[in-house]
Amino acid sequence: MTLSRRNFLRNTAAGGMTLAAPSLIGTMAKAADGPIKIGSLHDLAGPLAATGEPMVYAIQLAVEELNAAGGLLGRELELVNYDTQSNIQLYSQYAQQLAVRDKVDVIHGGITSASREAIRPIFDRFRTLYFYNTLYEGGVCDRNTFNTGTTPAQTVEKLVPYAMNLWGKKAYIIAADYNYGQITAKWMKKYVQDNGGEVVEIDFFPLDVTNFGPSISRIQAAKPDLLLSAMVGGNHTAFYRQWAAAGLKGEIPIASTTFGLVNEPATLEPEESNGVIGSYGYFEELQTPASLAFVKAIKDRHGAQTPYISELAAASYEGVYLWAEGVKLAGTTERMAVIEALETGISVDGPSGKVVIDPKTHHVTRNAFLAEVENKSWKVLETFEQQAPLDTAAVCDLEANPNDTTQYEINI
Amino acid sequence: MQKLNEMRVALICAVIAAAGVIAAPYYIDLFQIMQLTVFAAMAVLALSLGFIWGYGGILSFGQTSFFGLGAYAYAVAAINFGDSTGAIVMAILIPVIFAALLGYFMIYGGVSDVYLGVITLTVSLILFNLVNSTAGDFYKIGDARLGGFNGMPAIPTFNMPGDPGYILSPEQAWTVTGLALIVVYIGLRVLIASTFGRIIIAIRENETRAALLGYDPRFYKLLTFMIGGAIAGFAGALYVNWGAFVSPTIFALGLSAQIIIWVIIGGRGTLIGPVIGCLLMQWMVTAIGGQQALDANFILGAILIVFVLLVPKGIAPTVVDLVKSRLPKAKSDTANSNAKVKA
Amino acid sequence: MDIAIIVGLDVISGIASLVLISAGLAVIFGMMKIINLAHGEFLMLGAYATVLSVSAGVNIWLAMLVIAPVFVGLVGVIVERCLIQFLYGRLVDTMLATWGLSLVIVGGTTMLFGNTIVGVASPLGGFSVGEYQSSLYTPFLAVMAILVMTGVWAVMRYTRAGLIARAVMQNPDMAATLGVNPARVYMATFGAGAAISGLAGGLLAPVAGVVPTMGAAYIAKAFITVVGGGTSILWGLITASGLFGFINQIAAFFTTPVFGEVILFIAAVVLIRMLPTGISGKFFKGRL
Repeated sequence: MTLSRRNFLRNTAAGGMTLAAPSLIGTMAKAADGPIKIGSLHDLAGPLAATGEPMVYAIQLAVEELNAAGGLLGRELELVNYDTQSNIQLYSQYAQQLAVRDKVDVIHGGITSASREAIRPIFDRFRTLYFYNTLYEGGVCDRNTFNTGTTPAQTVEKLVPYAMNLWGKKAYIIAADYNYGQITAKWMKKYVQDNGGEVVEIDFFPLDVTNFGPSISRIQAAKPDLLLSAMVGGNHTAFYRQWAAAGLKGEIPIASTTFGLVNEPATLEPEESNGVIGSYGYFEELQTPASLAFVKAIKDRHGAQTPYISELAAASYEGVYLWAEGVKLAGTTERMAVIEALETGISVDGPSGKVVIDPKTHHVTRNAFLAEVENKSWKVLETFEQQAPLDTAAVCDLEANPNDTTQYEINI
Repeated sequence: MQKLNEMRVALICAVIAAAGVIAAPYYIDLFQIMQLTVFAAMAVLALSLGFIWGYGGILSFGQTSFFGLGAYAYAVAAINFGDSTGAIVMAILIPVIFAALLGYFMIYGGVSDVYLGVITLTVSLILFNLVNSTAGDFYKIGDARLGGFNGMPAIPTFNMPGDPGYILSPEQAWTVTGLALIVVYIGLRVLIASTFGRIIIAIRENETRAALLGYDPRFYKLLTFMIGGAIAGFAGALYVNWGAFVSPTIFALGLSAQIIIWVIIGGRGTLIGPVIGCLLMQWMVTAIGGQQALDANFILGAILIVFVLLVPKGIAPTVVDLVKSRLPKAKSDTANSNAKVKA
Repeated sequence: MDIAIIVGLDVISGIASLVLISAGLAVIFGMMKIINLAHGEFLMLGAYATVLSVSAGVNIWLAMLVIAPVFVGLVGVIVERCLIQFLYGRLVDTMLATWGLSLVIVGGTTMLFGNTIVGVASPLGGFSVGEYQSSLYTPFLAVMAILVMTGVWAVMRYTRAGLIARAVMQNPDMAATLGVNPARVYMATFGAGAAISGLAGGLLAPVAGVVPTMGAAYIAKAFITVVGGGTSILWGLITASGLFGFINQIAAFFTTPVFGEVILFIAAVVLIRMLPTGISGKFFKGRL
């Protein structure tokens, strides 16, 4: 809303309000074609809304900041946001709308892999640049798509040995029963075995399972040293509750790639969640100046109701900035020029630290962090600088095959 | 005589609609065309339930089972055949076979009413769970990976029959989908006007009476159910042709409920009603996503409640009633024509 | 041996949670022959009432056992007066209206409390059987399920209100002729059904992830259980929950949770096919 008002003011005042920096004057003629449009597709209603909300906040923040700094190429940025209501059909519909009617210059969005796979071919077809900013199972190989979230090689690889060092060699894996969970479970198994451990059992749970009694009994029967979890969503939070209620919290420790992505630590009581270990590309508790400023900016705008600012929000924010750097370097918003500019290995310093685009895979090299839950929030234990997306790199080389659009399933 | 007149009016309307479908790409921008394409595909789905429920008296809570099966059958076949023509046939055939088995199991077992609803709903949940757990390379039919929750991306869309290299443009896809909707609509109109249509309506009105007249209600209900399955499966192929994508959420509870809502809002016991209800609700859901003042679910729910309370018969019958009450002349006209027939 | 006891406990808890999540729906379906698709949201409201009361400093037992049912019961009465009473005898319309209601409740709750997961910790500790551990909350849920069932039975069997309710259930016209006001009975029944759902929601709050959309995870199962059980409130519910809960938990223990779900659904389909009017329609006709 504020954006369009600002836009209106700017157009009527014929750009008179802008701080006319010398570099901008040359491009003023271009400003006449109106603002640069950024599309956003995120769920703000339905079960995935809790995940989508902070991502949209982060993108809004990035756009506001860029505008406050004079926009891009002398043009204002305009955010076009559609609420996909946790409905895949609406993803396809709005994706077409953004690409064909709104003719946006770039789209940031998609939460689940299913939503990404629904819209990615649409952006390929209508030649619209696409950024997917969610951590996911890895393997997308598409020159039109940039993936700024972490993949298993960046986080699971750190999490598993760390947990095994602490607790022992015998692991039990539980994961959500869909692609992300199944592929992450494979990676967990690989890293457990690479580190000389043994996986006693892997259990998958549909997203709507609410009663974990039988599974908790199975886990006890297997007597593992540690539990590796890739459970997803509101219903699965119940697992940690039932686990603690059964008195197992102190018996078998948990390490997870998904715990805390929404707000699990704040929801659960300390006695239910203390000691759980997780690994992501960003934590709200990170004490670097960039991170503190980022968190403060979002909290100032959204007050006490602000949800947990996870890697998803940080990667969305960094995604917008990466794209903006690409546009600056290319000197245009034209798709191919921006892709080529991004492929020069552009980097930005975001809340999580330095983020560099890997030209071969269109994924990013970024910091990974390891943290432990302590009294309803995370305590960051270790930082792993500049982790490359090695999993996707094993199957994807866009320099050699620029026309590839597959999502590979990486053989482990 | 009156039936014939109605048929004639319907035919003229259909011709006008077909002309509209063909002309639309010249007047409407590409995005609108693509949006209309998915609306029309969904309207075909609405017709399938409108037919089996409104005329056959079978309330299926799981019409998405056939829709989803059609969509997956099309996707798998199109990837393997490399040609959409045979894939469309599969998208109709497989749901029909499934409908025949499921229908036989239920209808010949004496299941009816809300119990039939629960079985169909449960079957769609089973399909959802099963398809959902097919992630991984292992689950593969020919060259087609089922993909589990992530679904199947980049499915080949319709091509010219016999020429797989010629892929239909979005405008052509719209023409095909729009005309398909009209053809299905007319086909159902003709079917309902036929002897078969009279028999199933007789069964809907009073099963025992129809049985005593020598018609086996089970047989006719099964046929109705299978026709509904065929249409829903066809709608699935049209849907995939639009989005080039299918995922297990196609089997989910939300869509099943939506279809029922389209039929009720539009008007049960009519064919145009479900189409109107579907187009209206689709348009509304899309419009709601562009605003952020109110939660989308909240608005939809409120609209539904208002509808049930104020327009319980649905739009189409209510409009017809209104028109009839305003135009007493129309009544005398039909009276005249009846008199003529008698004379 | 220990593992057998633990699995036995899982089965009991599976049955008990089915009984709890379906009881409110069964009361409304059995008495009024309407299906309340906002049932899942009644559970959700009960859970929210509990969580919010606890975070406002109310004792958790008070919140679960008193505040949740009273609050949701009141919601039920309001819903009945403003919506359901206009739709009696129209099964499908009630389903549609209550589906709309469920969307409104989900949307409204989201707008009020946000869509992040909230919750309370489970109040009882754990206990061990040999080297296995389980939560004390599990047997507590089973006891509550039995209490709810007994409560419904006692009210129906021994009180005047129960007598009137049964009369209206069997023959509303005759009851009306004898001076009973069926409208009031329906209002009370709907309120009571809602209150039971609220209680169940409150009881589930400590073992569930409480979000506005949580109702969706329960509604299909509750619906299938109630219809599978048939219109006898007690016998239908107990037998259907017992059967489905047993199959589901055993299958989930020996195979995977996915198969647990699928086998439960297949059992339901076969059951309804064999006994088209539900279990109670065949074996407990005319009983409570």
